[in-house]
Amino acid sequence: MQFYASPEQIMRDRSEYARKGIARGRSVVVLSYEGGVLFVAENLSTALHKVSEIYDRIGFAAVGRYPEFENLRSAGVRLADLHGYSYGRRDVTGRQVANAYARTLGAIFTQESKPYEVEICVAEVGATAADDELYRITYDGSVQDEPGLVTMGGQSDVVSGVVKTRLQPGQTLAEALKLAVEGLAIVGGENGQPRKLAANQLEVAVLDRNRPGRSFRRLTGLALTAILEDTSGTATVAEDGLEDKPQPPASPNTPADNASGPAPSTEKAVEAAGDAPAESGGKPSGDEPEGDEPEGDKPDSK
Amino acid sequence: MPTGLDHSGRLPAAFHAAGTSSFSEFLANVAPEMLPGRRPLPPGMAAADVSAHATTIVAIICSDGVLMGGDRRATMGNLIAQRDIEKVFAADAYSLVGMAGTAGFGLEMMRLFQVELEHYEKIESTMLSLEGKANRLASMVRNNLGAAMQGLAVVPLFAGFDLHAKSVDRAGRIFSFDVAGGVYEERGYDSIGSGSLFAKSSLKKRYKPGVTTADAVKLAVEALYDAADDDTATGGPDILRGIFPVIMAATVEGTRRYTDEETRAVAEEIIAERRDNPGI
Repeated sequence: MQFYASPEQIMRDRSEYARKGIARGRSVVVLSYEGGVLFVAENLSTALHKVSEIYDRIGFAAVGRYPEFENLRSAGVRLADLHGYSYGRRDVTGRQVANAYARTLGAIFTQESKPYEVEICVAEVGATAADDELYRITYDGSVQDEPGLVTMGGQSDVVSGVVKTRLQPGQTLAEALKLAVEGLAIVGGENGQPRKLAANQLEVAVLDRNRPGRSFRRLTGLALTAILEDTSGTATVAEDGLEDKPQPPASPNTPADNASGPAPSTEKAVEAAGDAPAESGGKPSGDEPEGDEPEGDKPDSK
Repeated sequence: MPTGLDHSGRLPAAFHAAGTSSFSEFLANVAPEMLPGRRPLPPGMAAADVSAHATTIVAIICSDGVLMGGDRRATMGNLIAQRDIEKVFAADAYSLVGMAGTAGFGLEMMRLFQVELEHYEKIESTMLSLEGKANRLASMVRNNLGAAMQGLAVVPLFAGFDLHAKSVDRAGRIFSFDVAGGVYEERGYDSIGSGSLFAKSSLKKRYKPGVTTADAVKLAVEALYDAADDDTATGGPDILRGIFPVIMAATVEGTRRYTDEETRAVAEEIIAERRDNPGI
């Protein structure tokens, strides 16, 4: 029985524990493109999301243990809604949310017996690609501002290496999506060959720069397939494919500006659930929303 | 920030609590003073004369959804407090809400209701059912009962496009409320506020089930015109200032507000028709 462990040793052990957990799952790529911020996650489940909406201009992506980042996600939504309700909608920023996550994860890392095995990206879409803010918050509460690109989870450094070399400002949605998928596919193939990722293995969403009010939209179903399989890469297909959620016209002088909201596309959600009933059955206590962990315990990718 | 981080720098436990998707329940935990029903009211019964009041709202079910309209006047006792107040809002992408009664409390209730729906949608990744939305609104009205007894009543009218309806012509639905928080589903059309008696009488003669949206716009503006004609607290179309009723529709395509040009055209058409037969 060990009576004394140095603080360095304790922290090192916790870090190692958290990193192992995070590296075990699949990666998520978040990048800026011409029309907004794109989130691409490898996720077989259509019901348990790794990417979601926090507020009007703010999105959330996470890797690691599902119950832990789900808890942080709802805390972020509560924080943003509370702040927006008590002040104004424009007063909610990605930086606030990122800071609250950083401090919370930092406190959990030092005070709890087990750190959270999660890594989070908080993205805020700006008026131009240069104004986009992408924050990466790690399990120990350190927060980094990484303009342009964040990759997390799995062998994120390999994915990042592929995506970074070809990342250009002003990419269209189709170009950015293909690049991200290519990055994700590089990992985990047989004999070092890239895998072929189909639309139903991906969770894709954007924060649409040109959309007033709530800018978060998911890209699903046929539209996603069309972009992935189209080799000519027409941006128009991509724009059409976005779930066109209805939106009331904003009337900025009234409370109605609160309501500029997207609606979840019920029909699509139903279709999607029908396509993959096994996954949407859910694994509420599962560590990973993917449902499969073929890679086993990977070496630390950091 | 209304609620700070706790001493360790973490978000307070209420932020991490599992099991609730309701913003107002969350607010009751972390900032109860921000909930409308939780504030102590000063003694006295004369509050009604010092706060602005909003008046007539109409809602009409039409063939492809539902339509809601409201006049633009707010009154304070015998004075006109505001000529261009808006009392009809999109509650979310598929529903509309309007309010009559004390403007300050009503606007706050509308705002809380909008956040409530959006919050649920984000936490649960799905929308509340139309009945669920109406019930949430009813509990907000009920929380205002104390203020209502002192003359600061707020009564909303809720209408929406039901995404789970069997057919489009049955998708438009209207819910009305009383100050005690009762919810009543209405058939065809409904109106609330001081001019509602006249607006309903107007609709009673002209409304036919299955009316098209375009015709319903005219019905709504005309009902508001009739209400304004007989009720001093309801404002009619103001040609000089260019102020016209707010008309919003909820259909399968979501909610939409008719532009001022569109409502102006309808109002002018009605005024032209009435010129020959203004009524006694």
